[in-house]
Amino acid sequence: MFIEFFYLLRERKLMVSTTEWLDLCEALDSGLCGPSLLEFYHLCRAILVKSEADYDKFDMAFAIYFRDVENLPDIPDEVWKWLNGGEKTKDELWDKIDPNAPDYELDQLKKMLQERLQEQRSCHRGGNYWIGAGGTSVLGHGGFAKQGVRVGGESRYQSALQVARQRDYRDFREDNILDTRQFQLAFRKLRQYSSTMQAEKTELDIDGTIQKTSDNAGYLNLVFEKPRKNTVKLLLLFDSDGSMQRYSKLCSALFQAVYKSNHFSDLKVYYFHNCVYEHLYKDPACRRGEWVNTEWVLANLGSEYRVIFVGDAAMAPSELFREGGNCVIGMYNDIPGVDWLKRIKDRYPHHIWLNPIPERSWHDIFGHYTVEAIEEMIPMFELTLTGLEKGIKKLLVNR
Amino acid sequence: MNNAMSCFSGSTNYVASPELMHAVNVSIALEKPLLIKGEPGTGKTMLAEAISEALEKELIIWSIKSTTKAKDGLYVYDTVQRLYDSQFNEGNVADIKKYIKPGKVGEAFIAEKQPILLIDEIDKADLEFPNDMLWELDKMEFYIPETKETIKAKERPIVIITSNAEKELPDAFLRRCIFHYIAFPDPDTMRDIVKVHFADIENRLLDQALDSFYRLRGIRDIQKKPSTSELLDWIKALTISGIPIEKIEEELPFLGVLLKKNQDIDTVEQSRKRGFGLKGM
Repeated sequence: MFIEFFYLLRERKLMVSTTEWLDLCEALDSGLCGPSLLEFYHLCRAILVKSEADYDKFDMAFAIYFRDVENLPDIPDEVWKWLNGGEKTKDELWDKIDPNAPDYELDQLKKMLQERLQEQRSCHRGGNYWIGAGGTSVLGHGGFAKQGVRVGGESRYQSALQVARQRDYRDFREDNILDTRQFQLAFRKLRQYSSTMQAEKTELDIDGTIQKTSDNAGYLNLVFEKPRKNTVKLLLLFDSDGSMQRYSKLCSALFQAVYKSNHFSDLKVYYFHNCVYEHLYKDPACRRGEWVNTEWVLANLGSEYRVIFVGDAAMAPSELFREGGNCVIGMYNDIPGVDWLKRIKDRYPHHIWLNPIPERSWHDIFGHYTVEAIEEMIPMFELTLTGLEKGIKKLLVNR
Repeated sequence: MNNAMSCFSGSTNYVASPELMHAVNVSIALEKPLLIKGEPGTGKTMLAEAISEALEKELIIWSIKSTTKAKDGLYVYDTVQRLYDSQFNEGNVADIKKYIKPGKVGEAFIAEKQPILLIDEIDKADLEFPNDMLWELDKMEFYIPETKETIKAKERPIVIITSNAEKELPDAFLRRCIFHYIAFPDPDTMRDIVKVHFADIENRLLDQALDSFYRLRGIRDIQKKPSTSELLDWIKALTISGIPIEKIEEELPFLGVLLKKNQDIDTVEQSRKRGFGLKGM
């Protein structure tokens, strides 16, 4: 039952397993769910979703699957009917576009939707004013207007407001032949043994035990010592902007060196696009939604993490200093990038910036203004073997 | 809930949302561990206490530390004691059983009546920890090689697991759990929670305190946001000291009860000086 719902969830990247699905069936069989949809919703969510980060995906899928059961309250039933069927191609619609049509703000569009919902009394197709399907009106779906609010239907031409440009940068993790060994050796220096820190004495000290037992005339006297383990935790923040692409080989080498250095007690890697804002992306493609909140990182990764930024630090000054400077379309940031950098810097006393641009050009390349500003804030080293070694020394120094 | 299973519906001093109660009952009925996540201070640990009180079952708490190993929860074989005993010919060293002490999970398995096992802050432990517990939590049994014994739970304990989301938990582990995220209570729920603890609190005091509390939480740069337990402490301090109600918002007395980090107190002071932090954020 509801088997399509199961696949819809998986399609929406919610990796529900068969076990969990069977659990849900068992729960339904044993009458754990009353007649209300809300109760069913909570039951499904408790069994199928295992992270609050996925609640949203689940909500969306649930809303889609059960939209016939409970419609969105502000869009009446007939409107849904009007919108079904009869789609036209982009070319057919192209010549129908009114070149003098005004550009609407999102708020305006929302207001227009409200008004039309009150005025409109019938089904519309192919027009340019009413809510309808397959036309050039800014309200409706399956149509073609420069901008607009989609009401139902699938997205056809990505031209509604707020569609950000697609960037598919190459994943740093892919293998290449560049020798990463030298970088790896440099990273090996990044360690701090727990024996020099406060820790419980849990390991048997054999030499000590022999010594003490002999002193004790052969009666056993066990001696314990602190375990000798690397306690360094590393937070790596990679810039994966287009301007970094020419350094991708170098970054890839660094990345692999870090991954192969398995002596860190923890390693977290996130990506950003030009500058750090309220989100840190989970993979280099920096896809919308596949991110963690920078706040979350600040709150959950303790100040003992050592932070390495990798990036060219070269950008338009507004991207660093201004609110709304984020160049990704539709990603308005209330806090300027520079403040985010400052917060990370304040939270983590050990931090460095590795810059793939050679140090000699830092002061005369395009974007030198922001490079200098960041250099002033965060110790910056060039991404070469020597630079990395210097940087690691800096990371180990206390405060 | 139609069938006659043990049904949890909150307790006298714990305010549970309907979804949370539902999740608890589902996990009891399906005999699966309930994984509770949420901000610190949203009452994750309290939940287990409340369930134990409401269902009148014994509560066994296993607090996880960063050094905790999965095996510690099952049993501990005190080899050092045995070694010492053998040297001094004390006790019957041949009896290994004497040196095997059950851990918290072990205790829950051998309990005569169905207990509640709380595995508190599972994310504190090593990354592999949850995976090491899979078999035991699934089958509710474990094997002690030293004595060649298998300990099997007499009654499947109700397992509650809490996590502060410090580390990601492995998928295999998550698949076996029922999950619920406790959101931070909104002002209305918070009002109920405070009333449970301070039945005869003055309404005006409560209004003022809640108002200031949610404003503090709204300040962006605060690293450790005050949580429910801090609010309760603060209200207690306010009532005991008898500070005039109108001064609460103005002076924020006993700020140290709410904020535990020097930087945070500085941040609040600064934003108050600038005059906008507490107003209108």
